[in-house]
Amino acid sequence: MLDTNENEGYVTEDGRRIGGVVMEMRNITLRFGGVVAIKDISFDIREGEIRAIIGPNGAGKSSMLNVISGFYKPQEGEVWYKGAVRPAMKPYQVAQQGIARTFQNIALFDGMTVLDNVMTGRIRHMRAGLLSQAIWKGRAEREEVENRAKVERIIDFLEIQHIRKTPVGRLPYGLKKRVELARALAAEPSILLLDEPMAGMNVEEKEDMSRFILDLNDEFGTTIALIEHDMGVVMDLSDRVVVMDYGQKIGDGSPSEVRKNQAVIDAYLGVAHD
Amino acid sequence: MPDQLVWGMEVFLNGLMTGVLYSLVALGFVLIFKASGIFNFSQGVMALFAALTLVGIMEGRVPFSHLINAAFGTNVHTFGWTVPALAAILLTMVVMVALAWAVNQFIFRHLVGQEPIILFMATIGLAYFLEGFGDMMWGSDIKNLDVGLPQGLNETIDEVTFNLFGYGFFIDNLDLAATLVAVLLVIALVMFAQYTKYGRAMRAVADDHQAALSVGISLKFIWIMVWSLAGFVALVAGIMWGTKSGVQFSLSLIALKALPVLMLGGFTSIPGAIVGGLIIGVGEKMFEFLVGPMVGGATENWFAYVLALIVLVFRPQGLFGEKIIERV
Repeated sequence: MLDTNENEGYVTEDGRRIGGVVMEMRNITLRFGGVVAIKDISFDIREGEIRAIIGPNGAGKSSMLNVISGFYKPQEGEVWYKGAVRPAMKPYQVAQQGIARTFQNIALFDGMTVLDNVMTGRIRHMRAGLLSQAIWKGRAEREEVENRAKVERIIDFLEIQHIRKTPVGRLPYGLKKRVELARALAAEPSILLLDEPMAGMNVEEKEDMSRFILDLNDEFGTTIALIEHDMGVVMDLSDRVVVMDYGQKIGDGSPSEVRKNQAVIDAYLGVAHD
Repeated sequence: MPDQLVWGMEVFLNGLMTGVLYSLVALGFVLIFKASGIFNFSQGVMALFAALTLVGIMEGRVPFSHLINAAFGTNVHTFGWTVPALAAILLTMVVMVALAWAVNQFIFRHLVGQEPIILFMATIGLAYFLEGFGDMMWGSDIKNLDVGLPQGLNETIDEVTFNLFGYGFFIDNLDLAATLVAVLLVIALVMFAQYTKYGRAMRAVADDHQAALSVGISLKFIWIMVWSLAGFVALVAGIMWGTKSGVQFSLSLIALKALPVLMLGGFTSIPGAIVGGLIIGVGEKMFEFLVGPMVGGATENWFAYVLALIVLVFRPQGLFGEKIIERV
């Protein structure tokens, strides 16, 4: 069993030190009319770790991600963020607090260039107001230059320099996914949420994406929570795994623990529920 | 030099200036359409409303005076003061921002995610409401607007052209001023859209709402901002047209002149609105000048639409619009 003491963090299976709790979900229940999408789920996300939420289709993973990013509001339970209960918030406010995300079906600004797309990720760090941007050019300009430098570093890191000026709409699927990741990363998020980052990719693209996720966690120390239904990929990537099935949590622990968990094996092999 | 050619040049120049005024109105449409996908039928009425409000404030009229007098049996019409033009313009801008807020708060906030045709119908409703509201607020009489813009024959041009061709061109100072203002306005708008945080956020919202939310953009703020910008453009257009032909109901019909401009230039392109306006301004004046006498005149009413139709047949997205490619 991993020793996951609340404040002291823990050491991962591959020997990295993980910090304290950044976000904690407490007894979250989410219903759509009569359908219970998430039922009384609790788990935490710690600083610097790669946390995966896995489960078969329809298990409620995406709903959970949408709760974290503020797109859905749970009927019951509390979301704790940086040591305090998060009050009811709009999704854009959650984003401003430092929770960045990608989407399963890719949500990019197709008409804008890759560079402009990634620059939108910096919006939460831009302080110059509407009037000062219009009147007092100096400060806005300085800010733009600083933000540009950070964005260029991320673009380099994700190896998309060659398409910087290309409108996103023209890019193939795999590159679009990478641009979306770059935009989320540009926000310098406290938690980076990835919604099926490998969905629809071929083996080579999946390997690239896995490498980027591991590298960015390593290089920027970014805390990552990701959803994926490809078990193999997840087990290699993540430090801790939450397993969901039919809206409930059926397992939580290191990849090797989860792999041995009978409930998880049943869910994935499709044992009949009685 | 033959007279016909010299006159043609004068007509051409006047066409350019008229075109600038068309562009000004078309710009307001493009701004809102780009950012929210709403075709704002009320843009022309917004120009009327802005001009009415400006005159009302400048002359110190009491808003809703008819209503107040009827309700309380009083007889007030003016406050008895006048407001300088610049201050009145700033105050009118405040009113236009308030209008933008109200439009979002009471109408479009409730229509998020609806079909474009429904949004369009809502703007038609808004147009007629605003027209009545403007009348109620400021009265329906024809008002003169004079914010101190130069008007009448530009003597320098008259003199220079007279020395060159032996015929002095008639170019209105007001048209020159309008051109200058329009050029500045467009440069400012393009800079704003391309290089500022809010401009980028505006383009982002236009493209994808969910993605915009996920990077921390408040849709409500951007929508109010865009309607305020459109209100500002309407105010500028209202000042120019109002100074030219008086502030009256027909001002709202300039929106109909902006439609072919948009069809020609593309609904999503700021440069398109400018070039489209110029082409139509010059085109209709030249057509009237060259072909008009042969067909009995009055071609200005329909020429713009026919030109726009022809463009539509060959380039449905307009000259500058984004090409729509559907993958099969």
